Amino acid sequence: MTQPSLVARITDFANRADPYPLYAELRRTPVLHEEEGEPYVISSYWDIESLLHDPRISSDAANMTAAGADELQSESTGLPPSFIRLDPPEHDRLRRIANSAFGPPHEPRRVDDMRGELHTIVTELIDGFAGRTEVDLVDQFAYPFPVTVICRLLGVPREDEPRFRSWVDPLVASLDPETRQSAGPEFVQAAQEARTQLGMYLAGLVEERSKDPRDDMLSDLAAGKGPDGAMTMMEVLSTAVLLLIAGHETTVNLITNGMLTLLRHPEYLQRLREDPELAVNIVEELLRYEPPVQLVPQRTCITDIEVRGVTIPKGSRIWLMLAAGNRDPERFKDPERFDPDRDDLQHLGFGSGIHSCFGAPVARLETQIALAELARRLQDPRLVADPPPYRPNAVLRGPRHLTVTFDGLNP
Amino acid sequence: MAADYVDWLRREGRIVIVGASLAGLRAAETLREEGFTGSLTLIGDEPYEPYDRPPLSKSVLLGKASPEHTELPRRRELDAEWRLGVPAAGLDLTGKRVLLADGEEVDYDRLLIATGVRARPWPVPEEAELDGVFVLRTRDDATALTEKLRAGARRVVVIGAGFAGSEVASACREMGLEVTVAERAGAPLVGALGGVIGAVAAELHLENGVDLRTRVTVTALEGDAMGRVRAVHLSDESVVEADVVVVSLGSMRNTEWLSGSGLGAGPRGIASDAGCRAFDFRGIVTDDVFVAGDVARSPHALFGYQFLSLEHWGNAVAQAETAAHNMICPASDRRPHMWMPAFWSSQFGVNIKSVGVPPMGDELMIIQGSTAERRFVGVYGFKGRVVAAVTFDNARWLEYCQRQIEQGAPFPVEYPTVDRRPEGRQPVAADFPDPSLPTHGPTVTLSGYSPADRRLVFTPGHH
Ligand SMILES: Cc1cc2nc3c(=O)[nH]c(=O)nc-3n(C[C@H](O)[C@H](O)[C@H](O)COP(=O)(O)OP(=O)(O)OC[C@H]3O[C@@H](n4cnc5c(N)ncnc54)[C@H](O)[C@@H]3O)c2cc1C
Repeated sequence: MTQPSLVARITDFANRADPYPLYAELRRTPVLHEEEGEPYVISSYWDIESLLHDPRISSDAANMTAAGADELQSESTGLPPSFIRLDPPEHDRLRRIANSAFGPPHEPRRVDDMRGELHTIVTELIDGFAGRTEVDLVDQFAYPFPVTVICRLLGVPREDEPRFRSWVDPLVASLDPETRQSAGPEFVQAAQEARTQLGMYLAGLVEERSKDPRDDMLSDLAAGKGPDGAMTMMEVLSTAVLLLIAGHETTVNLITNGMLTLLRHPEYLQRLREDPELAVNIVEELLRYEPPVQLVPQRTCITDIEVRGVTIPKGSRIWLMLAAGNRDPERFKDPERFDPDRDDLQHLGFGSGIHSCFGAPVARLETQIALAELARRLQDPRLVADPPPYRPNAVLRGPRHLTVTFDGLNP
Repeated sequence: MAADYVDWLRREGRIVIVGASLAGLRAAETLREEGFTGSLTLIGDEPYEPYDRPPLSKSVLLGKASPEHTELPRRRELDAEWRLGVPAAGLDLTGKRVLLADGEEVDYDRLLIATGVRARPWPVPEEAELDGVFVLRTRDDATALTEKLRAGARRVVVIGAGFAGSEVASACREMGLEVTVAERAGAPLVGALGGVIGAVAAELHLENGVDLRTRVTVTALEGDAMGRVRAVHLSDESVVEADVVVVSLGSMRNTEWLSGSGLGAGPRGIASDAGCRAFDFRGIVTDDVFVAGDVARSPHALFGYQFLSLEHWGNAVAQAETAAHNMICPASDRRPHMWMPAFWSSQFGVNIKSVGVPPMGDELMIIQGSTAERRFVGVYGFKGRVVAAVTFDNARWLEYCQRQIEQGAPFPVEYPTVDRRPEGRQPVAADFPDPSLPTHGPTVTLSGYSPADRRLVFTPGHH
C-alpha cells in the first residue's frame, strides 16, 4: 500500500496533536493537488495572503456545492447562508450591517466597554476553582467564558446558555472535513437539526428584542439602524448563528492552546505573571504559532488562476492552510519557535481580506484577559498530560481537555 | 577606502536632517536603528516636535483630536540635537554646511533634505490676508481654522476640491456648517482620480449638502471694512457670502532656500536617483546629499522610470527609511526607493484609497462593486497594463490590485471577479484633464516619461 495522501494525513485524528511536521512537508509543494477531485492546498504565507485578497476566489456556498463538496447545505435547514459563505455584494451588505451593531462607527465602544465585565466573568470562573488543585481548563474555564461573552453581546439570557452546547457541538463538528466524510447521513441530519433548533430559539429572541430593544446586538440587528437598512429576519438568524458558533469554538481553542503553550514555555508564563501587558504580544504570537482556525476549506476559484506557476482550473476547491503559512520560513525568522518578543508579530490567524475574522477584537480582549488572570492566580500550574487529548476537528483545532494541577489560588 | 569612510561615518560622522517632520523623524530613527552612532542634528522651521498632518483635515477639524496632540509616535530614542523654530536658509555644497536663518552654520558629512511642501496661498496677498481666510498645512493653520469654525461660522467656502479641500468640506458638513466648494474642473478629485471617479465624488458632496460649484474659478475675495472676508466672487459672476474661506489650491515645494546652491532643486522639487541621492543642477548625482518625502522627485522603475513627486504619507516614511539606509551603507548595499505609491482619504464617511499612479492611466474598469453604490474597486490601465487602482469603501481588495500593478498585469481585465456588476465589463476613458492645464493639486506629478523627453533645464530657485 502506498502512503495515504498528505491531506488524508492532515485530517487524520492521529496527527492532531502535532500537525506541524505535516505542514512543513506541505510547504515543500506550495500548491499541492494530490488527486482529481481533491482540493488544491496552499501552504505558503505569501500565497495564502494573496489568495485571501484575490477577487477571483469565491467563498460562496453555492460555488462550493458546484465544486462537489459540502453536503451540508444550509438551505436545507431553512436558514440562508451567513456572510462567511457569501461573496460581495451580499457579503458586504450583511457584514456591514452586522458590523454596525458591533463596532465603529455606530457602536465604537461596545467591545471596549466589556473590559470590566470580562474581568468579572474571568474572576468568577477562577474563583470557582477554590478548594481544588486540579481542573479541566476547557470545561471549567475556556468554554464557559467565551460562551458567556458571546451570549451577553448578542443578548442571549444566561440561563439559556447550557442549551447551546447540544446545538453547537454537532454544528461545529460538521465543519471538519474528516468527520463529515466518515460520518453517515444521521450525522449530517443532526447538524441540520441543531441549526434549525438554534435558529428557532433565536427567532423567538429576536422577536422579543424588536418589540422591546435593549443594548445588545440582537436588538440592533433587528432594528437595522445604519445606512444599509435592516436584515431580513432570516438574515438576522443566520448571522446570529454564525456569531454564536464563531464566538464559541475559536476563542475556546485560542485560550486553551494559549495555556498549553505557556505551560510548555514556563518562562513566558512567569513573565506574564509579572507583567500582564505582555498578554497583548503573547496573544498575537499565539495566533501565529497555534491558531485556532488551522485552515480555510471554503474557497473555490471562479476562473483559471495561476499560483506559483500552477494553473488551478476554474471551479476547483482551494484549501488555505493558515497554520502552515504561519510557520513559513520564507516569511518568518525561526518560525517554529514561540517568541512573543519577535518584532514582527504578524500572522494569518484571523485570515485577511474581506472575510477576516469579524470577532477579532473580542477574541483578542477575551484571551488577553483570560491568560493574564490564569497566569496571575494559579499557583505553580502544571500539565497533567502532554499532549492533552484533542478534539477531532482539523479545521478548528484544539484540546478537548486541558487538565492542570496547581498548588492553590492567588487572591 | 570607501568602506573605511562608511565605517567612520557610521561611527562618528555628522548627519544633518533639514525638515523635522514625518520624513525627517523617520529617517533619524532609521539611522539609529541601523547603527549610526555619530552626531545627528534635526533642523526644522516649525517650533514643534514632529507631528502628523493627515488628522489636521479630518479628526482635528471635527474636534475629535486636538492639534496639540498629533505628535508622531516615536519608534525609539533618538539622541539628536534639535534645532526647532529656525529655518535653514542656504546650503554650501562644497563646504558641506547648512546655513541657518539665525546666522548659524551647521557642518555635515551627510545631509538629508526633507523640507516638504507648503500650502499654495491665495495669489492676491491683500485678499489672502483678510481675516477668515485660511490654508491648511500646519498645526498652527489647523488651530486657527478650528477655532474659527467653532466660533460659529455661517458659511464656509472651500476653494479647490482636491483631497484636502474635499476633506475640509466633509468635516464642515459633519459639523453642520453651510459649505460651498468651488472647483475649476468638472468635479472634485479629478486631477488625482479622473472624471469618472470625480463624478462619484461629486455625488458624495451633493448628497451631503455641499453647495458644489464646478467649472468655476474664484476671481476675488471680498472683505468688509474691518478686514474680514465677507464674500467670494466666482467666474460665473455669482457671489457667495462667506465668513470663512479655506484656500486649498495644492502646494509649493520648499526648495527656495536651496537656490544658488547648485542642487537640482526647483518648483517641482529636488530630483534624485532611485536611491534618494540628490542630483545637482547638471543632473549629476551627489554622494552626500539625500532627499525624502514630499519635496523629493525620483524615478520609479515600475512606472517607466518616470520621475514621481508624491505627496503621500506612506511615501515620506518609506523614502526616509531608504534614504537613511543608503546614507550609511557601502555602495553595494544601497537599495532603490521602490515604494508603491499609495494614498488614503476619508470624506463624507467614505474611505477612499488608491495605489499606483492613477493619473498615468487613461482607461478605467470597475472590477468589484459599483460606482452607483459608491463602493467599488476601479483599476486604471495604460498601454495594455494595470497601473493604478482606486477603492471606495473596498480597501481590502487593494493588496490584490497592488500585486497586479507590480506584476504588470494586462489591461483590460478579462477575468470575472466575485462581484462584477454589469458596469464593470467594459473599460471606459478615465477622463483626466489635459495635463497641460493647471490644476490646484494633483497628489502626483510626472515628468519626463522616456529618457528622450527628459531635458536638462536649469530652473533657478524662484516660484
Ligand atoms: C491637511 C493634510 C492632510 C493630509 N492627508 C493625507 C492623507 O490622508 N493621506 C496621505 O497619504 N497623505 C496625507 N497628507 C500628506 C502627508 O501629510 C505628507 O505627505 C507628509 O507630511 C510628508 O512629509 P514630509 O516630511 O515629506 O513633509 P512635511 O510634513 O511637509 O514636513 C516638512 C517640514 O520641513 C519644514 N521646513 C520647510 N522648509 C524648511 C527650511 N528651510 N528649514 C527647516 N525646515 C523647513 C516644514 O515646515 C515642515 O515642518 C496630508 C497633508 C496635509 C497637510
